[in-house]
Amino acid sequence: MEKILVINPEKCTGCSSCELACSLEHESEFKPSKSRVSVHRWPKIGVSVPLTCLQCDEPACEKVCMAGAISKDPDTGIVAVNEEQCIGCRLCVSACPFGNMNYDLSGKHVFKCDLCKGEPECAKFCPSGAIEYKPASEALVNRKKFIAEKFSEILKEVK
Amino acid sequence: MYGWAGKILRVNLSEGKIVKEDLNIEDARNFIGARGLGTKIMYDEVDPQVDPFSPENKLIFATGPLTGTLATSGGRYDVVTKGPLTGTIAASNSGGYFGPELKFAGYDLIIFEGKAKEPVYLYIYDDDVELRCAKHLWGKSTHETTDILMEENGENFKVACIGPAGEKKVLFANIINDMHRAAGRTGVGAVMGSKNLKAIAVRGTKGIKVAAMDKFKEAVLNARKKLVEHPVTSQGLPTYGTNVLVNIINQSGILPTRNFQDGYFEEADKTGGETLTETLLIRNKGCFACSIGCGRVTAIKQGPYKGEGEGPEYETAWAYGAQCGVDNLEAITKANYICNEMGLDTISMGSTIACAMELFEKGYITEEEVGMKLNFGNADAIVELTRKTGLREGFGDKLALGSYRLAESYGVPELSMSVKKQEMPAYDPRGAQGMGLEYATSNRGGCHVRGYLTSPEILGVPEKIDPHTTEGKAQWLKTFQDLTAALDSSGICLFTTFGIGGDEISAMLSSATGIDYSTDDFLKAGDRIWNLERLFNLKAGLTADDDTLPPRLLKEPIKSGPSKGKVVKLDEMKGDYYKIRGWDDEGRPTEEKLEELGLK
Repeated sequence: MEKILVINPEKCTGCSSCELACSLEHESEFKPSKSRVSVHRWPKIGVSVPLTCLQCDEPACEKVCMAGAISKDPDTGIVAVNEEQCIGCRLCVSACPFGNMNYDLSGKHVFKCDLCKGEPECAKFCPSGAIEYKPASEALVNRKKFIAEKFSEILKEVK
Repeated sequence: MYGWAGKILRVNLSEGKIVKEDLNIEDARNFIGARGLGTKIMYDEVDPQVDPFSPENKLIFATGPLTGTLATSGGRYDVVTKGPLTGTIAASNSGGYFGPELKFAGYDLIIFEGKAKEPVYLYIYDDDVELRCAKHLWGKSTHETTDILMEENGENFKVACIGPAGEKKVLFANIINDMHRAAGRTGVGAVMGSKNLKAIAVRGTKGIKVAAMDKFKEAVLNARKKLVEHPVTSQGLPTYGTNVLVNIINQSGILPTRNFQDGYFEEADKTGGETLTETLLIRNKGCFACSIGCGRVTAIKQGPYKGEGEGPEYETAWAYGAQCGVDNLEAITKANYICNEMGLDTISMGSTIACAMELFEKGYITEEEVGMKLNFGNADAIVELTRKTGLREGFGDKLALGSYRLAESYGVPELSMSVKKQEMPAYDPRGAQGMGLEYATSNRGGCHVRGYLTSPEILGVPEKIDPHTTEGKAQWLKTFQDLTAALDSSGICLFTTFGIGGDEISAMLSSATGIDYSTDDFLKAGDRIWNLERLFNLKAGLTADDDTLPPRLLKEPIKSGPSKGKVVKLDEMKGDYYKIRGWDDEGRPTEEKLEELGLK
């Protein structure tokens, strides 16, 4: 069954575990500045939102890449960057509607989430369930349930 | 270099000179980092008799080898200096995101020396480090300061700073990082203020390596699993925050009430975590790499105490609540917000107001002097006097000296509920003997996080022991003190110890640093750190006579509740404790002990 990465910002406590696990996997060190997933925080109101590539079915980054360095694997669904082929033009950075393409200044190439080739470390180390890696059907049903619960709470109060 | 970043920053504020030095790896191995390594540097470089506010005192911001890693709740750092409230070594620990950012910039610690001629802040962006003018920040609250520095330098910068209280050298001023996290106790913020250092703004983009990646990950997952399995770290703290303790501690009859005149507060529930969750809580918040997430984002939406921020934590809810006889959670929360903005330690502030309330009720302080009727239970007073203390306005100028000096000025120092002049926190030791010994022997004065025996005595973690007996408490305390000293020095949060112990922590530390710390090595490092703190204090002029409690706790029994009739039997434990520590009758480490620890 195909699994997908699900982001639940309402559960995020802002702890950075995802960034740490990601950078350890890809860079062999704890280095949030080179993490594929990033946590954005609003410290005053205590809100934080983790963002990472969701492996679009029709990736805008792939479409704009003139060098043919980005491709989506039809079997795994992973959208991958071939760093050798990347010319560092960063068109994909502009094209991604979610801002999930990153640029490595020293390596002169873009980099992004590759789902750790099928076992995302971010989901494994997220302590609050803000990032999950689940079979698509289950993940979507859970999300619907979560929203539906909010409605049920509101309706309860109206009555 | 694994675990540690390998570099330290030495900043001479008098000369405006910044030097980057290599970390002394031998010291790092023996004293681990943070609290331990900071103390080692203080001991080697500073005369313990120094006036805390003189340029000769140093102020050290220190991370540990696990700070900035994925280790459980591995986001802590310590501020180490000679404290102005107690005259002892002061190490104040904080979470949030500041410590890890300093590591990502490439530094294990910063040593501040001397005193700047005018207000400055330290700017750090990886290798770029400079002292910058902070005249525009002087007088600003911690929130305003953080906002301005993030606006000027970039929103990814992490800021640690003092508020007006630190600038004005309130003796229990703290240092606030990430807006809401505090290196709270012992007045480290006042030392920062005395050096004209307003803030540190840091941004780091470098990495931290660990020696054995797979082993480290395995150790972290193992520790995390234990935290998930333990009810305190998986349910109590995440659901209700630290304030889950108010009802538990009150039901045990050890919630100090009205300046420790009693050990049971009849209105406690109104100030507890359950009530907070139902009323003011907006959401939970986690510090760096934390799987517990006990932080409370709260708001008071309307009324006289309207405001928003974080907290209160348990100790704060107690200091302004039961200790002042106040049952208004909105006033308590508002006072907490003001403390964070002014940069004040909530425990010492609340307890100093409580002391003033007793002085007022006993006729030592007049209404004319303080400008209000300062009876226990006055909710407006805790808010107003906190603000005044932060600014040292009116009667606040007297409160700024802490409860000991306040009560002493009226000729009754015994009414200050403090040890070594620092206010005790939220556990009445008359109903938990081990905590009595803990307070009396704490190296930084009245404090609960040097050897938290509440854990076994009340919470039953790792096992339940009888709180009312003195037997065996000395040994329990030594183990807890050593473990805590080593844990603080490693850079992870004390709250993890509800679920994990020396085995799990030393496994993370060993795989991170590549140095093989057995559990025994780890505890021995804690023992070494504890003894070095003790040596500093002895050289500073403290003696065995200072290892004591206010006479009230030794003589006046608790009046009501489950611990009614109890006093602390300190004499039954103290001699035993000195022996177990390897100290002589005067509380001085013996030659053999120092030899054993490599401290000679």
